[in-house]
Amino acid sequence: MVDGLTVTYGGKPALEDVSYTAPPGGLVAVVGPNGAGKSTFIKAVMGQVSATAGEIALFGKSARSNRSVVGYVPQRTSVDWDFPVSALDVVTMGLYRRIGWLWPVRAKHRRQAFGYLDRMGLADYADRQIGQLSGGQQQRVFLARALAQDADLYLMDEPLAGVDAKTERTIIGVLQDLKDEGRSVFVVHHDLRTVPEYFDHLMLLNTRLVAAGPMSETFTVANLQQTYGGHMAVLPGGATAVVD
Amino acid sequence: MTLDPALFLTVDFPAWAVASLSSAVCALLGNFLVLRRQAMMGDAVTHVVLPGIVVGFLIADAHSAVHMTLGALVATVLAVGLIEALRRFGRLEEGAAMGTVFTVMFAFGIVLIEQTGNANSHISPDHALFGNLEATVWVGPTAWGDLLSADMWALLPPEFATLLWVVPLTGGAVLLFYKELKLATFDPLLSRSLGFAPGALGLGFMVFVAIAAVASFEAVGSILVVAMFICPAATARLLTDRLAVQLWLSVAIAVLAATLGYVLAASAPVWAGTPGALSAAGMIAVAAGGLELAAILFAPRYGLLARRRRAAIARAAAGVSS
Amino acid sequence: MAEIVRLLSSYNTAVVLLAATLLGAAGAVAGTFALLHKRSLVSDAIGHAALPGIAGGFLVALAFGFDGRNLAILLSGAALSGALATVMISWIASQTRLSEDTAIATALAVFFGLGAVLLSVVQSLQVSGQAGLDSFLLGTTAAISAREAGTIAVMALLVALVGLGLFKEFRLLTFDAAFAGAMGYPVRALDLGLMALLLLVVALGLKTVGLILIVAIVILPPAAARFWTDRLGAMTALAALFGAGAGAVGAGASAVLDDLPTGGAIVMTAGALLLISLVAAPRRGLVAQGVVAARFRLARRREARARSGQGLGQGLGQGSGQGTGEGRARP
Repeated sequence: MVDGLTVTYGGKPALEDVSYTAPPGGLVAVVGPNGAGKSTFIKAVMGQVSATAGEIALFGKSARSNRSVVGYVPQRTSVDWDFPVSALDVVTMGLYRRIGWLWPVRAKHRRQAFGYLDRMGLADYADRQIGQLSGGQQQRVFLARALAQDADLYLMDEPLAGVDAKTERTIIGVLQDLKDEGRSVFVVHHDLRTVPEYFDHLMLLNTRLVAAGPMSETFTVANLQQTYGGHMAVLPGGATAVVD
Repeated sequence: MTLDPALFLTVDFPAWAVASLSSAVCALLGNFLVLRRQAMMGDAVTHVVLPGIVVGFLIADAHSAVHMTLGALVATVLAVGLIEALRRFGRLEEGAAMGTVFTVMFAFGIVLIEQTGNANSHISPDHALFGNLEATVWVGPTAWGDLLSADMWALLPPEFATLLWVVPLTGGAVLLFYKELKLATFDPLLSRSLGFAPGALGLGFMVFVAIAAVASFEAVGSILVVAMFICPAATARLLTDRLAVQLWLSVAIAVLAATLGYVLAASAPVWAGTPGALSAAGMIAVAAGGLELAAILFAPRYGLLARRRRAAIARAAAGVSS
Repeated sequence: MAEIVRLLSSYNTAVVLLAATLLGAAGAVAGTFALLHKRSLVSDAIGHAALPGIAGGFLVALAFGFDGRNLAILLSGAALSGALATVMISWIASQTRLSEDTAIATALAVFFGLGAVLLSVVQSLQVSGQAGLDSFLLGTTAAISAREAGTIAVMALLVALVGLGLFKEFRLLTFDAAFAGAMGYPVRALDLGLMALLLLVVALGLKTVGLILIVAIVILPPAAARFWTDRLGAMTALAALFGAGAGAVGAGASAVLDDLPTGGAIVMTAGALLLISLVAAPRRGLVAQGVVAARFRLARRREARARSGQGLGQGLGQGSGQGTGEGRARP
């Protein structure tokens, strides 16, 4: 639950007065033009940037005390792909909290992590250095790591950006599973065509919250136009195109 | 208190002038280091020129400014190449590539000095670090009128004389290539597509950085060179958004810092009534840092206080609107 | 030869060598994470920033009636001023429009300048021991007593153990700090912990390597190790080995040869290791990359000649045994 969230960078607001209560066990698409504050929203919920005003509460408690239950998939550009870790190492990181401070990673945990990697169809790539995987494979590794976290709330920053069809299908399948298990998932998403198909709730952001709610009520031409301003054209047949 | 012209012209004037001139030339070039996010490259260059200077000294078998400068330039080009190789082929992050190259080359310079028994002669590690501003004396002039005599100017200490041609050379080069430097700093890609060869320009720029470092550091030491590459430019950057203004401001700030630092170093022991003198180069570096700190806090637009005030106003506005 | 053995086997020299070896290993362990966390140049600033701490420590010790050369006071001073420099760097980088590299260079220059001023104050006092402060700049083993060396050795071992104990946490921090935060790790505290380890390494290395070159023992061994492996564990172990080797060889050589400054010798040994790695490492080294590029061109030319030919872009999986197979070679 987010109430009146405002985040400013150097006097300029990146997010202004955003309030939203997430449905338990739902797939929420976070949609908006570039610079609309989508990543800022994710970072604020994670506690990475501090709010200038407003409240963030996760499962009825303030966000600070509860952050361990947040699963996270970073934006691709924020990762150092030359870092000396293998795919399996990355997934194992999702288990670190359960392994505990100072304890080393044991064979049991590696087996567990391998299970998540296998579920993503990456069993053959466990030993590859992370930079030597394809973009889609890398994205699936990070999703496997998020699964390993076993969190109740997931925040994913553009997991579907620039991935191949197989990866997209796998990720969507995982998102459905997460929803069926009663977890909440926020996904920053760019492709308006697939929004109604993949998700069942929608947050339209453009610094302010333009609209939010169940997909059928929120995904309307009027709302989208308001979100994207003049940059969107409504094509014949009801299809929409965003002109960035 | 009266000023003794002989003492002033022999001791204080040359030291102050050398400090001011080297500060000005380093500050001018430093603007581009700061804007290109290569601030630490200034630090790196002041380290890598050492082995070049020592090798030049050994080849010439004497204190030859030409040999030492050439050695320093070769060392700088070599260092730039090595850093690039480590970045591209070793995929080391820029800072790490710089750090590895300049420490090894500096270590080589130190070992060379000690091994060839030069530690006690003109180039010692101590001089390279702290300079020798106190020993920059102009033996000759005794009265104000001597400033007009060409014979007296022929007696200038060598560091002073060197700076007298390095300063106009560097200033002229920056003026001449101002447009290209500005573009290459702001947008290397566009600069390349316009055919300005930012790589060559960058290397040429580094050569000037090396010249400035060599010309300066014999007198003022590498600390002051690094401080002057960075602090005045950073201070000016907090005060203006226009590059041309920033360049002039940084030079003025550098001279101000040199004056302030020199006066403080010379007069503090007198006030405190203790013997000996304080390190003028060190004090000038501290003064430059002090001016930067003042700008960080009080700059009208980009200072911390001004930003705090604006943020408070924005918060108040947000509170009212919701 | 016998002379060398005699020189190296004196009790004092043996302890100093042990200290230099352990210090090299400890610096490399902390340095591995510093390198990956892009803190190389911050370490350089910390090293330079030690000078005002040392000179200030000397003056404070004198003022309170201690011996100015008291190593504990000097090193505490160094660690304190190094810590102040890191605070200043992160403050400038986060609070102003100046970028981090400018912040680092500012802190380095200003602290070192202040150090020069304080050093000149110390030198103007007519007290014993002030000449010894100079040795902190470039390091020397000659001035180290067996007891001091023993302390350095124990502390270095401790640093290395802490670094290895927090291996998992530091890996997470350096790879993906945002994720560490999402998992509830105190990212800031971990970051400070890493900086504290670096500060310790700098303080411990002042006597042997000196503050100008101390950054080298932090970044050279891991940078060299990175060429040989894609695994963090292997990289850390190899870096520790390189660091220990450089420490032992450098300190040993400077004990045997006249006029060979210890810091310079250690750094040049580590530099040689890096150069060898840059040229000769499998897969990442210049030679291996040249071979791959040549094969690639050859395969392309062959392909162009006979359109049916299959490109053979086998990677050079020899030696390192990373199981990563061939990397970027594309048919």
